[in-house]
Amino acid sequence: MTQAKPRSPKTSRKGKATGKSTGENRAVGFPEGLTEQDLLNSYRQMVLVRKTDERVWMMNRQGKVPIAASCQGHEAAQLGSLLAAQQDGDCFLFPYYRDLAIKMMVGLSPTQVMLSFMGKVGEPYSGARQFPLQGADLEHRVIQISNVVGAGLTQAVGYALGCRMLGDDTVVLAYLGDGATSQGETHEAMNFAGVHRLPVVFVCENNRYAISVPQSLQMAITDVASRAEGYGFPGVVVDGMDLVQSYQATREGIKHARSQGPVFLEMKVERLMPHTTDDDDRRYRGDDEVEQARLRDPLVTFPAYLKEQGILTDQEAEEINAEAQRAVNEATDVAEAASPPDASDMLSHVYAP
Amino acid sequence: MPLKSVIEAVREAMLEEMRRDEKVFVMGEDVGLRGGVFLATQGFLEEFGQARALDTPLAEASIMGIALGAAFRGLRPIPEVEFADFVWPSVNQLIGEAARVCYGTNGALSVPMVVRIPYGGGIRGGLFHSQNVEAYFCHTPGLKVIAPATPYDAKGLLKSAIRDDNPVVFLEHKKTYRLVRGEVPEEEYLLPIGKADVKRAGDNVTVVSYGLMLHYCLEAAEVVAAEGIDVEVVDLRTLKPLDKETVVESVKKTAKLLIVHEDNLTGGVGAEVAALVADEAFEYLDGPITRLCGPDVPTMPFAQPLEDAYMPNTEKVAEALRKLAAY
Ligand SMILES: Cc1ncc(C[n+]2csc(CCOP(=O)(O)OP(=O)(O)O)c2C)c(N)n1
Ligand SMILES: [Mg+2]
Repeated sequence: MTQAKPRSPKTSRKGKATGKSTGENRAVGFPEGLTEQDLLNSYRQMVLVRKTDERVWMMNRQGKVPIAASCQGHEAAQLGSLLAAQQDGDCFLFPYYRDLAIKMMVGLSPTQVMLSFMGKVGEPYSGARQFPLQGADLEHRVIQISNVVGAGLTQAVGYALGCRMLGDDTVVLAYLGDGATSQGETHEAMNFAGVHRLPVVFVCENNRYAISVPQSLQMAITDVASRAEGYGFPGVVVDGMDLVQSYQATREGIKHARSQGPVFLEMKVERLMPHTTDDDDRRYRGDDEVEQARLRDPLVTFPAYLKEQGILTDQEAEEINAEAQRAVNEATDVAEAASPPDASDMLSHVYAP
Repeated sequence: MPLKSVIEAVREAMLEEMRRDEKVFVMGEDVGLRGGVFLATQGFLEEFGQARALDTPLAEASIMGIALGAAFRGLRPIPEVEFADFVWPSVNQLIGEAARVCYGTNGALSVPMVVRIPYGGGIRGGLFHSQNVEAYFCHTPGLKVIAPATPYDAKGLLKSAIRDDNPVVFLEHKKTYRLVRGEVPEEEYLLPIGKADVKRAGDNVTVVSYGLMLHYCLEAAEVVAAEGIDVEVVDLRTLKPLDKETVVESVKKTAKLLIVHEDNLTGGVGAEVAALVADEAFEYLDGPITRLCGPDVPTMPFAQPLEDAYMPNTEKVAEALRKLAAY
């Protein structure tokens, strides 16, 4: 494989919202902190997540998966931010329900993920008490208690407060959608984080929809990142369809959070699927809008970028896809054969001992 | 033994636990510099510093959510809700989230948190400084709810609550804070959560109560004792989980049950106690299970006669006891 060519950075909108940047100079060249191996690995993850996402959607139609929220279109933002967190090595994550790529790639196997979607024994987050991949995966430092939009944010900030009290160096990444920015609790969380300059990176995956409600009915501003200024910390607009930019913004965000306090990253993304398997988005948006969005699908643009950089060949891409498909098929078989929980589980763990 | 007030007992319990365990900390509005609006945390800022006597922004949802997050990290927060009436903005975090954490994570996470809530009326607090909020929390699996009546119980139970790994709602009746004094031992002690206490033994009628009303029940028991009615007064102390055994045993002995609480009648703790006794001591009953509770109006009103009309008191309890004893 040839050495990656210098990448001409896209025009960055960083800092535009508040006029501040998170303070790192962005050298022209191979994306700072990244190796070819990182990028290839992210591509592998992206493919595996997409195949999983497509599979659970299909299994929902077969009546085997009760509900799924697709992350299609959000993969670059999620995996870019996750890569930065993993490189940092001391991050704790509070994702939300659309963060399949994050929850899977922190270290769950495809089988664990399929067990979760099917509600079988071995479900890693809640013992199949909750919607898929919701509860806690403490082994991988992930908590998402709730479906209540915005409810995890004060908890994430409290976690960061706890870390500070105990002298940890941990940075907390708190994920939310654009709709979640309207919640009063989101305000309270950001305000508290700002007052105490806590090490929190808020990552907003702005897909411009909250189920059917468009951004224009959610807020009176273009970039929700501009709110950060009102809490006394920087807000940054990021092209969340671009894994490298998502990575870089998160990497800088983590550094900033650890040394100076919170950051708000607004990752502009596309939701390529209906809100969940229960939604029909033709009721509120046109096919052409989704078709346009698909042109920017990270599963199209990212491999194209990698090929252009000489990091990935067509053949390798094919192998990666075939391998992911095999893994998902196997995981599906295992999960289908697995047992559901015993009904007696229903009464356990109401209280801690 | 020295005599202490309820608020002194509450303060001492926290002080001792914070000295014992660095992970315990208080947070809330005015808990630091001012030492709490009721002075429950007076001197904490000086002794423990800002981080452990944390003055928060005026935002209850975040007080609760941040406490929850800190608990996830292994701390043992004691968030204070300044008045029960202001707990509502935080119930999403308390009822919606905290109560579901252990269950919803298959036991992987627990919430060692004590939510201290000054509550209750009879203090001319009107609709927004008098509320009784216990029923909402008692309905919620995953929470424990404690409502002590005496300084001794307040201290022993609060210390146990702080050491418990579950979210505990700790209700302190505001009127008892300085009004009720009692003996509190110098040496350390803990009281078990989930255990009622027979505060007065008697043979003719059982009265079950908690909080401020417990004292009215004790007074009323003395009043009717002079008339030959021997009343057993059971102080629930913990509202969830209920000490079924103590209640049922008492009713089996007396065959008559009066339940007294300040909270509204409908769907209150008394309804649960009544159902319990109907289930488990039906054949022993020798009179109707009777409830003397706050009427079903939103809260006790401000004007004195209106507030008096709302509040159960010694005379009303005595009257209810006479009626029941007559069966
Ligand atoms: C408090 C609350 N209200 C309503 C809902 C129902 N609901 C679930 S997701 C959602 C939209 C959220 O949109 P956004 O935050 O933009 O995230 P996205 O789904 O677009 O990723 C709504 C209204 C909920 N789960 N919680
Ligand atoms: Mg959205």
